[in-house]
Amino acid sequence: MNKSDNASDISTFINEYQTEILGDWLQNLKEQSTRIDAFSDEQLHKQCAMFLKSLASATVNNQTADIDGRAWDEVRSLLTEISQARAKQGYTPSETALFIFSLKQSLFSKLRTHFAQGPALLAANIWTLSTLLDKLGLFTIEVFQKSRDQIIMRQQQELLELSTPVVKLWKNILALPLIGTLDSERTQIVMESLLQKIVDTGAAIAIIDITGVPTVDTLVAQHLLKTIAAARLMGADCIISGIRPQIAQTIVHLGVNLEDVITKATLADAFVIALERTGSSITSQQQD
Amino acid sequence: MADLLFGSSFSSSGLCGMNSASAHSGSSDFMTLPLQTDEHVVALRKLVREQSITIKLTLVDQTKFVTAASELARNTLKYGGGGNVSFSLLSNGERQGLCLVFEDKGPGIVDIAQALTDGFTSGTGLGLGLGGAKRLVDEFAIESEPGRGTVVKIVKWKK
Amino acid sequence: MDRIPILRMGKLLLVTIQVDMHDQLAMTLQDDLTERIVKEQAKGVLIDISALDVVDSFIGRMINNTAAMARVLDASTVIVGMQPAVAITLVELGLTLTGVKTALNVEKGIALLGKRLL
Repeated sequence: MNKSDNASDISTFINEYQTEILGDWLQNLKEQSTRIDAFSDEQLHKQCAMFLKSLASATVNNQTADIDGRAWDEVRSLLTEISQARAKQGYTPSETALFIFSLKQSLFSKLRTHFAQGPALLAANIWTLSTLLDKLGLFTIEVFQKSRDQIIMRQQQELLELSTPVVKLWKNILALPLIGTLDSERTQIVMESLLQKIVDTGAAIAIIDITGVPTVDTLVAQHLLKTIAAARLMGADCIISGIRPQIAQTIVHLGVNLEDVITKATLADAFVIALERTGSSITSQQQD
Repeated sequence: MADLLFGSSFSSSGLCGMNSASAHSGSSDFMTLPLQTDEHVVALRKLVREQSITIKLTLVDQTKFVTAASELARNTLKYGGGGNVSFSLLSNGERQGLCLVFEDKGPGIVDIAQALTDGFTSGTGLGLGLGGAKRLVDEFAIESEPGRGTVVKIVKWKK
Repeated sequence: MDRIPILRMGKLLLVTIQVDMHDQLAMTLQDDLTERIVKEQAKGVLIDISALDVVDSFIGRMINNTAAMARVLDASTVIVGMQPAVAITLVELGLTLTGVKTALNVEKGIALLGKRLL
């Protein structure tokens, strides 16, 4: 089959001209890349040499059609490393893919001289190599994307943790001012941290203030209710404050049952109630 | 997901996606334990807790899964006349999960839908707790035939 | 461990559950508590579950039954130290503790029982 002939040709070809291809490739990379200090010459040389070697051994098995197969494991893992390293350095996806595409140039120019006598063979080899390198180039972009996605997820997690503060208002009284839209996941995390804080501080009452929450859906309302039930099981109680008119409407509309729960319009009102229930009160001093 | 049909055989080997290559990769990934005594139930709770920690479930998810396992183990023991539970570690490429399959050759459940909707009462009633256990896990499947036995499968994934 | 120890402090019975109980152990505890309430004429029972990381429906029912029996014998029951993960799971399970007061720790639990213990 043509493909397998090509592939083993490619393998022998790469091995034969390895040093020249390597030199040429490195030269191209340096010329095209604007980031000269990201990787030292030595590192780059190492990356390219290793890649060429694994490319040669992968093609020796006559396999260029499917780069997801076992034969290409080493190549893929090398590319993954290289791609992730570049992602961390702040390379753009194109710059990262450049690693592969600059190899094309060096390979093709060598191919031309090697197969000067047989234009048909030359054409076939160029085609096979080209498709192969395209796939590998796309692969590096995919890996790049994935590592960026992971960074974004990690940042989202950190944001989540930063935006869910539990405040100790007074002895035995905690406040949880929620701000922004609540999605199911965030609500769950917030609620779990509230319950933990209750244990940590030994608070008897937790005021959940939702003044800063524009909308509440059934799922979120259910999470709120479950949290209150859980707090009660643990021996603490909750007050919900800051329910805006729209939210009040939504709650009634959704048929959420708040009969068991103390609700107050403002955090201040809730605080007064909480104080009373924990045996304290606020008095104003005489003003002259 | 309440009423998955596993085919007429009650063997548990086909129930946890055992066809995938990952299933037989190591002895700690799959095991079958008897559920014939109280101590077996305690041992299962311990195992499930350890495995939940291994795949790094959150504390709440761990607790939910261990509790669900405890409920079902007790059902197997008390209502199923004893049986066994198969445990396996799952992997679907991106995430890991735990799978438990409870089997008994007991009297079976006549009305599964009813059993699933029965909530708990605070002390009386059979309280099979199936509905509750279902809420604690990500995947839940049950097959039961009066006179032949019951099989319940639960799965929890690491998010 | 074949029995969970029950401590007496005046009119208060204090139980600290620190092991994952198998069903028989839980039943034995229920029986022992009921017996001791009568024997010591206790007015309060405090069950510390801060070391329990799982409470399933069986234990839940045991707690409810114990509290119900205690009430019949004129004693109040308080459960203290429930872990957040356990509380969340119980809510999801749909189990309610009836006739049982709850408190965050032993100190608050005793305060809750208050004058009954004098």
